[in-house]
Amino acid sequence: MSVALGRRRAWTAAPVLLLFLPPALLLFTALVVVPIGEAGWYSFYDWSGYGVPTNFVGWRNFFLISRYPAFHTALINNLIIIAVSLCIQLPMALGLATLVASRIRGALVFRLIFFLPYILADVAAGLIWSFMFDGDYGITGAIARALGFPAPFVLADPNWALVAVLVVIVWKYFGFHMMLFIAGLQGIDAPLLDAAAIDGANRWQRFRRVILPLLRPTIRLSVFFSVIGSLQLFDLIMPLTKGGPADSTQTIVTFLYTFGITRMRVGFGSAVGVVLFLICVVFAFSYKRLTFRDDE
Amino acid sequence: MTRHGWQRLLVTTAMYAVLVVMACIILVPLVATLLGGFKTLGELRTNPSGLPREWQWDNYLGILASARYWRMLGNSMLIASLTALLTLSAGAMAAFAFAHVRFFGREMMFNYFLLGLMFPAATAVLPLFIQIRDFGLLDTYWGVILPESAFGLAMSILLFRDFFRAIPHDLFEAAFVDGCGYIRFFFAMTLPLSRPILATVAIFSFVRSWNNYLLPLIMLNSESRYPWPLGIMVFQGEYSTEWQLVLAFVTLTILPAVIVFFAAQKHIISGLTAGAVKG
Repeated sequence: MSVALGRRRAWTAAPVLLLFLPPALLLFTALVVVPIGEAGWYSFYDWSGYGVPTNFVGWRNFFLISRYPAFHTALINNLIIIAVSLCIQLPMALGLATLVASRIRGALVFRLIFFLPYILADVAAGLIWSFMFDGDYGITGAIARALGFPAPFVLADPNWALVAVLVVIVWKYFGFHMMLFIAGLQGIDAPLLDAAAIDGANRWQRFRRVILPLLRPTIRLSVFFSVIGSLQLFDLIMPLTKGGPADSTQTIVTFLYTFGITRMRVGFGSAVGVVLFLICVVFAFSYKRLTFRDDE
Repeated sequence: MTRHGWQRLLVTTAMYAVLVVMACIILVPLVATLLGGFKTLGELRTNPSGLPREWQWDNYLGILASARYWRMLGNSMLIASLTALLTLSAGAMAAFAFAHVRFFGREMMFNYFLLGLMFPAATAVLPLFIQIRDFGLLDTYWGVILPESAFGLAMSILLFRDFFRAIPHDLFEAAFVDGCGYIRFFFAMTLPLSRPILATVAIFSFVRSWNNYLLPLIMLNSESRYPWPLGIMVFQGEYSTEWQLVLAFVTLTILPAVIVFFAAQKHIISGLTAGAVKG
């Protein structure tokens, strides 16, 4: 019986495979895998995108990238964004999650409010904050004037623009991380906490010794999303600063856009893409290895 | 009250104070944007955050009466719906094969798709542009829809496969003995049983596409095909000196999303954090 079924199954599997796999396989191969492979290929050419790439330049594109001050700024900015996500956004999200995950009155309303910015498109959030930071019409300007200072144009000031961008990032994304933590907290066994309380652990001890270790997988996830999110930051920057003033708010992707795409330097832009790709891959693998070792 | 009672009250008060302050920080920019759309430019200068002295409905009505606003939303709706549909159907079919059909190289092919989770579309955006151009799809809706779906596939296949696998095997055996083939089983059993995950993936793909800026920016030239994130940037460029109009425009573009969010918040939150929880 089971042999017959097995054989029959192998026979009947052919149509479903031929029908169900090709759409996804074609789409994914043609528009994800091939372009990434091509990025590797183009990155060794100086090419405007027309005809076939023939002007082989070896590693020159990568060398050029490494000489751009704007690219150094972009890398440093990406690191700063990651640092702020981990040192400010993550604790904030975790703290607020512990407050609104409990059954206090109004918890659900607060949760929804905190999550609200996350559902906005980056472009919309960027425009809203470019108004907030406007020296003439925005609220930061009004506050400064009320205190007797000249109105600052935060986004036009190379010393402050990045800080402003960081504010917007935390404003927009901490709610998402908070939701992750709420899901994590709800997965924690209530009796376990009760047991700790009975054993005389106070609020802080319960948090430090019981909740935090159990939230480890969620924290790991939150860190992962912060890093990957920071590495692809683009949509939010465009309405705020477009990477300016004086390249002070460039990220890797805005750098790719400004210096590769708008000038149709396919080889150079592809090389930036390859660098970003390598950063992502190295991060993903080392992070996985690191956190897996953690588990054992 | 006992000492313990006072302590408790203090903790609760502090807790609410933190929550209320945070909620204000979140809401002030949003409310200021909504109200700013009701002001004149002159008033915005002196009163950026308070209630408007005189409600300027014309700012909003003018935009609502303009063709460009509706065209933008229509474009976004079309692009996001088709992206969601394509991600959903191609993803669900492939995931079904990965979950229920045993074939040579299955794990390898599955891992091949998972590679897509690791990097953002930006890494390959220039070759993608060339590719779409060579397909003759530049400045068409499909030129945006196809890459967006392709980059959404990995996540959808992962979510679907895990869900499909949880469908009891007995069900499958019984259907099989009754002469039901894979394909009929997929349509008659798997899909109806998987409604929650279908909704989750649909919402996730729709929202991602609805909000996307980079891909349409690169693929589209004609303003008549711009989805709203592009359209709003053009609008802001034209009216950069008239903040009240920009604010009204922003409000009107985020309003649909906010309304849908409050109406279906449970599904949306699970949809948007699902990718995360699966990781």
